[in-house]
Amino acid sequence: MSATTLLLVTLGLALASFAYGRSRAYSVARLGGGVRSMHSLPSHYGMMVALWCALPALAIIVGWKLFEPSVVSGFLHDYIPQSVYDAGEKSVELYKNDIGNRVDSNAIADIQDPDKKIAAEQLASMRHISSLAMMVLALAAAIAGATLALKRIKADTRARHNVEKIVQFFLISCASIAILTTLGIVLSVLFESLRFFQEVSVIEFITGTTWSPQTAIRADQVGSSGSFGAVPLFMGTMLISFIAMVVAVPFGLMSAIYLAEYASRPVRSICKPLLEILAGIPTVVYGFFAALTVAPALRSFGATLGLSVSSESALAAGAVMGIMIIPFVSSLSDDVITAVPQAMRDGSYGLGATKSETIRKVVIPAALPGIVGGVLLAVSRAIGETMIVVMAAGLAANLTANPLEAVTTVTVQIVTLLTGDQEFDSAKTLAAFALGLMLFVVTLCLNVIALHVVRKYREQYE
Amino acid sequence: MNTAVATDTIDTSFIPRDPVKDSAQEAFHKLTETVGTPTVENAKMRSRDVNVFYGEKQAIFDVNLDIGNNEVVAMIGPSGCGKSTFLRCLNRMNDTIPSCRVTGDLSLDGEDLYGADLDPVLLRARVGMVFQKPNPFAKSIYDNVAYGPRIHGLSSNRAELDDIVVDSLRKAGLYDEVKDRLDAPGTSLSGGQQQRLCIARSIAVSPEVILMDEPCSALDPIATARIEELIDELRQNYAIAIVTHSMQQAARVSQRTAYFHLGKLVEVNATNDVFTNPQHELTENYITGRFG
Repeated sequence: MSATTLLLVTLGLALASFAYGRSRAYSVARLGGGVRSMHSLPSHYGMMVALWCALPALAIIVGWKLFEPSVVSGFLHDYIPQSVYDAGEKSVELYKNDIGNRVDSNAIADIQDPDKKIAAEQLASMRHISSLAMMVLALAAAIAGATLALKRIKADTRARHNVEKIVQFFLISCASIAILTTLGIVLSVLFESLRFFQEVSVIEFITGTTWSPQTAIRADQVGSSGSFGAVPLFMGTMLISFIAMVVAVPFGLMSAIYLAEYASRPVRSICKPLLEILAGIPTVVYGFFAALTVAPALRSFGATLGLSVSSESALAAGAVMGIMIIPFVSSLSDDVITAVPQAMRDGSYGLGATKSETIRKVVIPAALPGIVGGVLLAVSRAIGETMIVVMAAGLAANLTANPLEAVTTVTVQIVTLLTGDQEFDSAKTLAAFALGLMLFVVTLCLNVIALHVVRKYREQYE
Repeated sequence: MNTAVATDTIDTSFIPRDPVKDSAQEAFHKLTETVGTPTVENAKMRSRDVNVFYGEKQAIFDVNLDIGNNEVVAMIGPSGCGKSTFLRCLNRMNDTIPSCRVTGDLSLDGEDLYGADLDPVLLRARVGMVFQKPNPFAKSIYDNVAYGPRIHGLSSNRAELDDIVVDSLRKAGLYDEVKDRLDAPGTSLSGGQQQRLCIARSIAVSPEVILMDEPCSALDPIATARIEELIDELRQNYAIAIVTHSMQQAARVSQRTAYFHLGKLVEVNATNDVFTNPQHELTENYITGRFG
């Protein structure tokens, strides 16, 4: 019986025990003076029995599947020939992997090496025994749990509390999975970064101005030992993000003002969703729009002015990224502008202010903290944006503030570092984690500031 | 079956009738002309046959009412009687409501308020307004008061602006409380102080008329007393129209009182007369607490 069938059987048992537990509760109630005489509803008792049936069995199945491989491979130790042990730990792993693969693909008969064949047969039989044992244990646990719970169907058993505790625990574990995953990602990035910083000093990484991550693969290889100064990358990221914000903030803010203050209801109901479609376009589409349309257009336009524009200019990538971010800025600003109380506008009109004076001098200043929060969120989005810059920005790590030249960004470098053939533990690959960590820290700070600003603004009017 | 038809055929004669309500309704339906004297000589603001519509619904019916110089006119009446709507016609604040339509003649010093050559923006500088809830801008106390003078260019330099701000705060009776913290945000003041700040803000553009829409309804009795004192002082320089739900307040601050009922102006007379000797049955019912 496979684990899937076992799971289904367990669920079936749980369903059956729910039905049986409930009917049992009804009959107990009938003897004891009606449903009202019981502490909980019959369905709570049914649920209690079902949970007592399913949870121990599920715990056994999950636990078994988690620990089975290491236990079984521990038993395998005696069947591995001494010569393999002598060849080192890596070859033991290889040997075990090979046996495991053969068993998985039912190809034991094809193994030539007699030692290996015996080991493989052993492994197969151990797995068989283990799965049988798991099945027996799980089913026994399910039945035992259900029987115990059935015995507890009495008037004074607090089945509802029991069930609600379990539901609460389930919800808590769902929430903690999300949090723990985030934590896990952060920690793994952190540890890989620490490995990188053992090879390259933090100071060099943060202050160095040369980025050339090519490291020698072989000891005798001629060429670079790698240079990991991240300053050009962060400067590139900042330059492109800055250009993006120069595009996104005015356009986004002004369209938000139009939509919130001037647009009539029908216009608003059409324009707002249209603007938000911009946010739904996949970034890869923006990417080739930037690389194939905007960049060549800028280049030829620059040529007519006598400027030399790189075909992968920061300007093209930044401008397209800015267009992508417009809906963020406009949608968030629109929300805060409409949240400014009408009483404030009335106060301003009542003093003889025009509509534009009211907007400029009363509405926007009142909404400013919220708008700033929205812009900061948009900045962190721009910094982390990858696809557009991979396609439209360059790879060369130039340290320049000229938007017409090609620059590269942190995200582009992470992509190029991790695609391609490299040993995993070389400084080159590990650098990607260090860059990721820096990026994470920067966007985290921006988000925290932005959320703080937005919250402060909310407090003002609520 | 249509239930509306069914109720028409139900005999309701067994329900005991309320004589007060019945006679009041009869009186209201008969009402064609306002009782008392709605006009004054040398009126600051004049309104003749004013009708206001929200879409299809008529909110004000043929209202005639003058507001004289140096007097406080109180407008009282049950909720939804149109007193605030009428007040908002006087500085064309109703323009900000798209479905609102005003007919009839309204004038300020003989100038037609809804005339083609009148700019509502300039009108609102001459006819200031204080709202029900204090609504200071999210700016400093100083900037709140300086807001109007700045947009209308009333001062040529900082010293003049300072004078206007201090003077307005003094007139609003707020200066002594805030003189040390003019840079503090206007929203940091207490409710009563905020309302006086809003009054200072309207005074700062030197209006000729001040409209007040239930200015004390969000304030405690002490702050209310302070504002009422202030209204009495302001009367020396301005014409004031005040909408209020509190009859005591109307009696305390106003010289003339207008009673509105379901969009019609029922009675206008000297405040003392309205409260001691109401001419119309509806007014009497309202001020004695039998109705509304």
